[in-house]
Amino acid sequence: MISRREFLRLGLAASAGIGLSAFAARAYSGKGRTPRWVFLVDTYKCVGCGLCVRACKLENEIPYEVNATRTWVERYVVKKDGVVVADAPLGARDGFTRNDPQGIIVPDADIAKAFFVPKLCNQCTNPPCVQVCPVGATYQSPDGVVLVDRTWCIGCGYCIMACPYGMRFFHPLYKTAEKCNFCYHRLSAGMKPACVDACPFGARLIGDMKDENDPVANIIRTERVTVLKEEFGTKPNVYYLNYDSVIR
Amino acid sequence: MVHGEAWTIKEFFTYPNEYIYWSIQIVMYPLMTGLVAGAFVLSSLYHVFERKELKKMAKFSLTFSYALLLSAPLPLLFHLLHPLRGLNVFFTPHFTSAIAAFGVVFFSYAAIVASEIWFVNRRLFVESALRLRGAEGIGNKVKGFVYRMCSLGAYDLSDEAIRKDERAVRFLAGLGIPVACFLHGYAGFIFGSVKANALWMTPLMPVIFIMSAIVSGIALCMLTYIIVVELRRFRLNRGRKPWMSSPEARGTEMNAIKMTSKYLVFFMLFAVSLELLDLVFRGYTAVKHWDILRTVIYERDFFSIFVLQYGLGNLLPLVIFLLPGLTLKRAVAGLILVLLGVFMMRWNVVIGGQSFSLTLSGYMHYNIPVIPRDFETYKEGVFGALTIAASPFVFLWILNKLIPVIEE
Repeated sequence: MISRREFLRLGLAASAGIGLSAFAARAYSGKGRTPRWVFLVDTYKCVGCGLCVRACKLENEIPYEVNATRTWVERYVVKKDGVVVADAPLGARDGFTRNDPQGIIVPDADIAKAFFVPKLCNQCTNPPCVQVCPVGATYQSPDGVVLVDRTWCIGCGYCIMACPYGMRFFHPLYKTAEKCNFCYHRLSAGMKPACVDACPFGARLIGDMKDENDPVANIIRTERVTVLKEEFGTKPNVYYLNYDSVIR
Repeated sequence: MVHGEAWTIKEFFTYPNEYIYWSIQIVMYPLMTGLVAGAFVLSSLYHVFERKELKKMAKFSLTFSYALLLSAPLPLLFHLLHPLRGLNVFFTPHFTSAIAAFGVVFFSYAAIVASEIWFVNRRLFVESALRLRGAEGIGNKVKGFVYRMCSLGAYDLSDEAIRKDERAVRFLAGLGIPVACFLHGYAGFIFGSVKANALWMTPLMPVIFIMSAIVSGIALCMLTYIIVVELRRFRLNRGRKPWMSSPEARGTEMNAIKMTSKYLVFFMLFAVSLELLDLVFRGYTAVKHWDILRTVIYERDFFSIFVLQYGLGNLLPLVIFLLPGLTLKRAVAGLILVLLGVFMMRWNVVIGGQSFSLTLSGYMHYNIPVIPRDFETYKEGVFGALTIAASPFVFLWILNKLIPVIEE
């Protein structure tokens, strides 16, 4: 017959042992570490094919024909007289196939420079959309991605108003706030976002800022990169290589 | 079709997801909360500052304030894409959001106004309950029951008790002023704190909203009061049953109207000065977004800002009220113009703030749905707004059955 004192002593020892081994297993597998997702866009590499937009729409069930999208590509044409003509028709869902920004044909001879800029949610460290949500339906995950709870969003649109990047819209079917979340379901399964996988030119890259060996994070650390609309104090986590001051 | 696409026309370079998401109902929302606050401040001028000439107007505007208060959440409910989830704001209020404060502020304010109405009308409740005790007929029985309920069992009408009532009214009226200002000031904060919007973001926004709220509340109370009293006189003169309230007919007291219009002019000058200060400051500092704001203010929205809002809505009523020898008809015309001005101010803030793109290189035009094609275009269209605008009068009509808003 085991005494009460002995029972407690063995019980404590057993639970401490189990706890310690669970912690060790977790630490060894690396699963306990929370990543800090960052995105890198190299505007030099983007050709405006729109494959990323199509992949995103398919992956995230945004109806193809709807004039709203979680990610898009902008085209900037800077003319020799300094005039900037920019557009993103249908978010570049069908790619840019004609030299007609805003429907105007610009002769090649008039163009000083032209380029494409992919846009997606900046997963801000200080997200204004999260700040203004009256019910807490939009929130920040521990790895920095801003998510929306479709079952709790009331559809007031305050987050849409608060985003300086115009990322958000109302999902045409669910009638709740919708935005890019770096394909969080894919990230959680160890995959990359759909747009990253779809880009044939490597213009879109995702990395983990907490990983010292992450090649994308290393580019951000060592190259000259910038973020969009820094003046709003949102601290974006999408970085741009080869930025230009005409980008909006 | 994505929400907002039905009534938004985009020009030049805009982001793909940009539409006019906050439409007519969000114009109506600050308008309604403003009217609530203004009506209450008007009633408090009598209760707290003892402006005797406003006695009758005070009782009317207190009840009207409550009717308006009941209407105030309706525009939000019309606007929400998930109105049935509106209660989530009370379940999980996220207090970093200005909208999350709505529940707390709204119910605190509603409690204050309801308590004040109770103290003001307690004698009426008790007397009516006693008069209808044992009365015949189902109508009288129901009325008696309602009055007994409203009396809350406090039947003491001694001088001491009535004096206590008056003290409570003064206290609640005083407490209500800052709460009313907060209710509306925070509506201004909802806009003023949106840093993404170049037109909205200014710390002056809550103050501008409070001032124009008081203007609109006073104007609507005066207008409705004049209409109610004049209609009653008109009906009585034809030997018919009085409309809305009891005894004999008497015309609208011009003295009270003149006195109230002085307060109106004072608050209006304050509101317009702040708005102009904001405009001048933006032009003078001319930061990054001024280029596009200038084109919106001075070109695209020129008619609605300078003609409808400042011209017809502010300048003309100022002339009307400041010229000597104010007549009733002139006052009515002036009041309608003041209300137009406040509505246009709300419109120019809410719609104007969304009429340019976040790219600062494109525009969006709000094409308000007139004939509804579906429930969405009804809610966010002219008829939705008219429904909201009519609702406080329905509530006032119901409240008037219980508490006659005009007493002799």
